[in-house]
Amino acid sequence: MKTIDFQIRRQDDPYSPPYWQSFSIPYRKGHNVVSALMVIRENPITQEGHHVDPVAWEFNCMEEVCGACSMVINGRPRQACSTLVDTLTQPIRLEPLSKFPVIRDLMVDRSRIFSDLKKVRAWIEIDGAWDIHQGAPRVSPEAWKENYLYSRCMSCGCCMEACPQYGETEDFVGPASLAAVRLMNAHPTGQYHKAQRLHAIMAEGGLSDCGNAQNCVRVCPKEIPLTTAIGELGRQVTLQMMKDLLGKSE
Amino acid sequence: MKRPRKVIIIGGGLGGLWSALRVAEAGFQVDLFSLFEVKRSHSVCAQGGINACFDTKGERDSIWQHTVDTLKGGAYLANQPPVKSMCEEAPGLIHTFERMGVTFSRTAEGLMDLRLFGGVKNRRTVFAGASTGQQLLYGVDQEVRRQESLGRIRKFEWWEFLSLVLDGQDTCKGITAMNLRTLEIKSFRADAVILATGGMGQTYGHRSTNSTNSTGAAACRVYQQGAWLANTEFFQFHPTAMLGDDKTRLMSEAARGEGGRIWVPQDPEDTRRPTEIPEQDRFYFLESWFPSYGNTVPRDVASRAIWRVVHEMKMGVGGEHKVYLDLTHLNPGFIEQRLHAILDIYRKFHGADPVHEPMEIYPSAHYAMGGLWVDFEKDESSGGMKPGSQRNHATNIPGLYACGECDYGYHGANRLGANSLLSASFSGRVAGEAVAAYLKGLQDDLQSVPEYKYLNEVARQQAINQTLMESRGEENPYALHHELGELMSSRVGVVRDNDVLRQAIDDLSELEERSLHINLQETNSWSNQGLAYTRQLQEMIRLGRVIAVSALARDECRGAHYKPTLDLTIPENTYPGDPAYEKYREAWKQQNKDWLKTTIASASETGPKISYQPVDLSVLPPEEPRDYR
Repeated sequence: MKTIDFQIRRQDDPYSPPYWQSFSIPYRKGHNVVSALMVIRENPITQEGHHVDPVAWEFNCMEEVCGACSMVINGRPRQACSTLVDTLTQPIRLEPLSKFPVIRDLMVDRSRIFSDLKKVRAWIEIDGAWDIHQGAPRVSPEAWKENYLYSRCMSCGCCMEACPQYGETEDFVGPASLAAVRLMNAHPTGQYHKAQRLHAIMAEGGLSDCGNAQNCVRVCPKEIPLTTAIGELGRQVTLQMMKDLLGKSE
Repeated sequence: MKRPRKVIIIGGGLGGLWSALRVAEAGFQVDLFSLFEVKRSHSVCAQGGINACFDTKGERDSIWQHTVDTLKGGAYLANQPPVKSMCEEAPGLIHTFERMGVTFSRTAEGLMDLRLFGGVKNRRTVFAGASTGQQLLYGVDQEVRRQESLGRIRKFEWWEFLSLVLDGQDTCKGITAMNLRTLEIKSFRADAVILATGGMGQTYGHRSTNSTNSTGAAACRVYQQGAWLANTEFFQFHPTAMLGDDKTRLMSEAARGEGGRIWVPQDPEDTRRPTEIPEQDRFYFLESWFPSYGNTVPRDVASRAIWRVVHEMKMGVGGEHKVYLDLTHLNPGFIEQRLHAILDIYRKFHGADPVHEPMEIYPSAHYAMGGLWVDFEKDESSGGMKPGSQRNHATNIPGLYACGECDYGYHGANRLGANSLLSASFSGRVAGEAVAAYLKGLQDDLQSVPEYKYLNEVARQQAINQTLMESRGEENPYALHHELGELMSSRVGVVRDNDVLRQAIDDLSELEERSLHINLQETNSWSNQGLAYTRQLQEMIRLGRVIAVSALARDECRGAHYKPTLDLTIPENTYPGDPAYEKYREAWKQQNKDWLKTTIASASETGPKISYQPVDLSVLPPEEPRDYR
């Protein structure tokens, strides 16, 4: 019988040591990694025939838009739901993202991504979520096209996993948070607070921590031009530094 | 010092985040609970756009027309004042999103672009590529993060809502929730609670477009504590979903709005590749049956048409349950820019390119028009909903509010495409403002609710967990969910029959009984996903029963609820003024007299108890039947 074989890195809780287990499920065309994990979950028996606890992992939309199911698949960080089994060499090795603390099995704690978005002030300062009887200024279709690329970032963490400068003990906020600054700075009224965001990424853990390895842009499941954003921010930061030096207000 | 009033909001999709913003802006403390990081909520899955009348296409579109389309599209079942207010406030709401930084697609002049959607004749749908829900959610998510950094909103992510805590007067004064990592159950006091927990598509299991967390469990839990569910028999089947074993993925209605055509080969045995089948050998059934709306008929109409082609006429592609959704005649550059997100999903999951090959699609459970019953206060001067009234979006349990897909407002018997992002956002904003009004009038002190009320509820929930953890029954929760999905989609689906429904209700009771004899196959009490899953599964089975019982009780066809033997069809080739048509109109009005009413389901020992409430028809009296020919 044709099978799909997995080697899965397991960990019972944040404090216990990791270990590996192997599973096989009957082959079926069209399986993706999440649907295959669902088959294992229903009947969690290892290749050796041992009944074990079901594998824990995160997933939700199954359409590669929520960013939940990031994991390292055959050495590469990606979304499990959109990774088709037929495109992988077997046995398929599944590991949790290594740059975040493991919760259990393939689940990690990515809360840092969201606190870093706070750190870089990735929002538009509006007076309130009530109606002010007008919209924001117009945006050209060309500017929209570029902004839209960045607005699809789903905070999945793949770029951080691939980045050599990003890590549990490093301050670097990572490519996605920087790209968020690029996006917010381009908004017609978001520009008003550009300097605050730039100062945030001029501080420790900011732009200068990028080592230009360019791994981020290669693994982003949404093909977001992260390195282009980082390049643009480099110019913005240089200008800001000159403004700061000359004591000019915004 | 007086303790500041506190509000608990459950759910971090569009409804929950909008309500959180408005409550926080009113000066009250918000605790926001979510099963996962709020940015991953199901709102991100909405693709095509959000409706608001901007009339920037020279079509003389109007807010009134948006209101009429929504009410008629919903077969007049929605209370009309809230719909009127929603359509009126839609443009202002979109402008607020724009201010928040949402990247709406632009015209050459830099205006927000509009596209056509189903059930309407004017372009009215604002969009951000084909990932509009994602963009809208991120806009509000950013603002919530800003409020969080100011200390006005606290997030409790990875917590699952389990139950309400009610005081001696049955007023909601807090919740119990489970930490999904430690499995610890705790109670939380609150002066008011807003439920924004989304849809219940997972009651249809893998035969749904919904995210795996859209179980409806939270709504079912408050239902069992006394909240009413309304109109749950109205479940939308989206006509164009990708086929799939693990889930059916949505292919946005925007595909048809931008010119996509639905067809099947004239000969179901035709073995040619679809692109090799010439025009004369294709059957464009929507265009043929509905010449004036064509491919953009409302979803219930399109889904039934596909059902008829596949099941009655046996014309599904290759004899299977599928039809073509064709974009290959459109300009590849144009559709790539407008529909990139869905083209990408199809390519990634199906391995074929919709630019060169028609997509294979079939209807799938998509959206619950029904949900928790919520009140509104009518503004007699405007005819709409009274702004800032504490009655708006209040459930029948005092202190408990509901918004977003988990409530039942706005869409009646069928929702129009691109109205869900609108109702989720609008209702969230309204619910937040209503709760602020409720708190301003609140006299009693939260601390006066005796502690034992909270302790008892925690103990009850702990007992449920313990029973499940120790249960060594025969049943596998995942296999049961699969059975539930098959049962619901085949017997409580697009086409319904009373005998089949009766059988389904019996089978659902049996499923519920079986779900009590579970084996979790797991001993680890840390991040035990099976435990949370099984608790949700039990709720989904109960919800399935509410849906089926409500469907059995409603003996008519209306919107998404269809019983062929009771169908009133418009006589062929007749139009208003023709005697045959007028006879049909009279029969339709008689049906409205009998059945144009809101279904209310309340929990009882013996199962769902059904009663009815009148619908407020003060904006657009039902004189004109729906007619999309």
